[in-house]
Amino acid sequence: MINLAQHVVDTISVGGLYALTALGIGLIFGVMRLINFAHGELITAVGYALLLFHGWPLPLAMLGALLIAVVLALVMERVAFRPLRGADPETLLIASFAVSFFLQKLLALTVGARAKGIDFLPSLGEPIAVVGIRLQVLQLATILVVAGLLAGLSWFLGRTRAGLEMRAAAENFRMARLLGVRADRVIAVAFALSGVLAAAVAFLFVAQSGTLTPRMSLQLVVIAFVGTAIGGLGSLVGAAVGGFLVGAASVILQAVLPFELREFREAFAFGLVILVLLVRPQGLFPARGLKERV
Amino acid sequence: MPAETLRRLWPLAALLIALVAIALVASLAPIVIQRRVVEALIYLIAVVALYIFAGNSGVLSFGNVSFMAVGAYVSALLTLKPAAKAVFLPGLPAFLKAAEWPTVPAALAGGIVAALFGLFVGVPLMRLSGIAASIATFAVLSITYVVLGNWTSVTGGQNSLFGLPLYADLSTVLPWALVAVAAAFAYQETRSGLMLRASREDEVAAEASGIDVHRQRLYAFVLSAFFSGIAGVLYGHFLGVLRVESFYLDMTFLVVAMLVVGGMRSLLGAVTGALVISLITELLRQLESGVPVGGITVAAPPGLGDAVLALAMLLIILVRPQGIAAGRELGWPFGARAQGRPVSSDRISGGEAK
Repeated sequence: MINLAQHVVDTISVGGLYALTALGIGLIFGVMRLINFAHGELITAVGYALLLFHGWPLPLAMLGALLIAVVLALVMERVAFRPLRGADPETLLIASFAVSFFLQKLLALTVGARAKGIDFLPSLGEPIAVVGIRLQVLQLATILVVAGLLAGLSWFLGRTRAGLEMRAAAENFRMARLLGVRADRVIAVAFALSGVLAAAVAFLFVAQSGTLTPRMSLQLVVIAFVGTAIGGLGSLVGAAVGGFLVGAASVILQAVLPFELREFREAFAFGLVILVLLVRPQGLFPARGLKERV
Repeated sequence: MPAETLRRLWPLAALLIALVAIALVASLAPIVIQRRVVEALIYLIAVVALYIFAGNSGVLSFGNVSFMAVGAYVSALLTLKPAAKAVFLPGLPAFLKAAEWPTVPAALAGGIVAALFGLFVGVPLMRLSGIAASIATFAVLSITYVVLGNWTSVTGGQNSLFGLPLYADLSTVLPWALVAVAAAFAYQETRSGLMLRASREDEVAAEASGIDVHRQRLYAFVLSAFFSGIAGVLYGHFLGVLRVESFYLDMTFLVVAMLVVGGMRSLLGAVTGALVISLITELLRQLESGVPVGGITVAAPPGLGDAVLALAMLLIILVRPQGIAAGRELGWPFGARAQGRPVSSDRISGGEAK
């Protein structure tokens, strides 16, 4: 029983991290049909920013890192993606690949490709026991942060004007524009938000791993990208659930697979991905705006 | 030959002539340059292979590099010396352990096994369209990567496989490149190719006209897998060393980027993309290794090349979102009707996001 509870905590904390990453990607896809691979570089940038601001008071360092993510997201949008608005999804995807690749190589060039250690929030690594379950403070923090951000995001999307505009844009961009939604602003807000989400993921991820490399967020983004597709591209609930499920699936497979098959864990996870797609090609929560009209 | 036939074959002939010309010039160059050209031609085969499926169907595949991996490993296992296999791969099944095939049959076997693998994954996957299909092919890539990387008895797992015969040079790679380009052209001119291109423009209308989109996609996917397999075979015998790592995200990114930068809707685009990106890569490599300016050698810091390459790709995409070739094939340059294939396109069938 306790063992099970422990697995549940593991699953939720890992899945939550992927869910946040997937949300960052899903937000952008909703408003401009761009699968932003460079989202990972936002996460990486926050990690290195924390290293840069080492020695500052913690809240200030975190705020600075968050600002860097938001500014980088906005610059990315302005320089690379705005000129391509309306291009095919393939072109957009490759553009984001190129941005991601560029930032990665730039980072490798300036700070070096080798891993750097970082001691961020070490107190979170301590174990505590809650009703007999041993867990790390970090896992609790992850779950709290994820829950808080999800609640905040749904408040923003449901209760504010900007959120309403964003949902409208995700559903039908052209119609939203005709009704007075400013395209540039709604897209910029989406990118800024994805920067905030990236920062949150980076704080948790860096605290957990304690190392930085230019490619550290690759795995996160790849899984989140797959999760967004499973959940239903264009649907924010779908992105969160899909990201969570893929992350959770890998933790669960790790626990239930017989030992000699564990190294093939990801193959099983991706096999499940294919199965889900075959059964529900539009994802688990199909976005209405994407449905083909004939 | 009647002028009309000539005109119809011109887009192919021009590409073949260009490739032969490049190879001829390269054969006069120093061996280092020759190897760069061979490498570029191998990438060209990989890009053309991807084009056969992605260009004609409009569905981007991230899975083709897994076919390259399959081809490379099949050919490696068939051509490695039995003595070497006994040392590196003691767990190999007996018939593979003893195999010592000549290079050409081994290459064909690599292509065929890759094609069979393509058929196997294609039957279920080709029912998908758009992003779902792309993600599913990406899942195939990841699965192949994990399986090859951990199937130690057959692939050596995380260890590299050494000692592949180094036969991939200009004289062996050029013919394959010509065959791949000719096959891609022939395919897109066949009834099946035309039906697939129709489904690319409007899937619903194509279905309604009686086109079995699933079947046509599958044909293209299998053909595409075959040539991807061949590209993988040649890549293995070009490097002489196989690592599972080589056939994953970086390679996928490069091949897909070459296709998109060149323009994914035409064969000319596929060929141009591969050649242009290879050329940029090579120039940057030269820059990194040092260029004599006046009396001194100026070298760019290592790693700069990669960053500039990414930037160059981004710039090309920004300037030409449809790719360099923008969906056109080469037009007949002599006399009237000197026009390329009409650009079909999303100007008509704009999506919601436009």
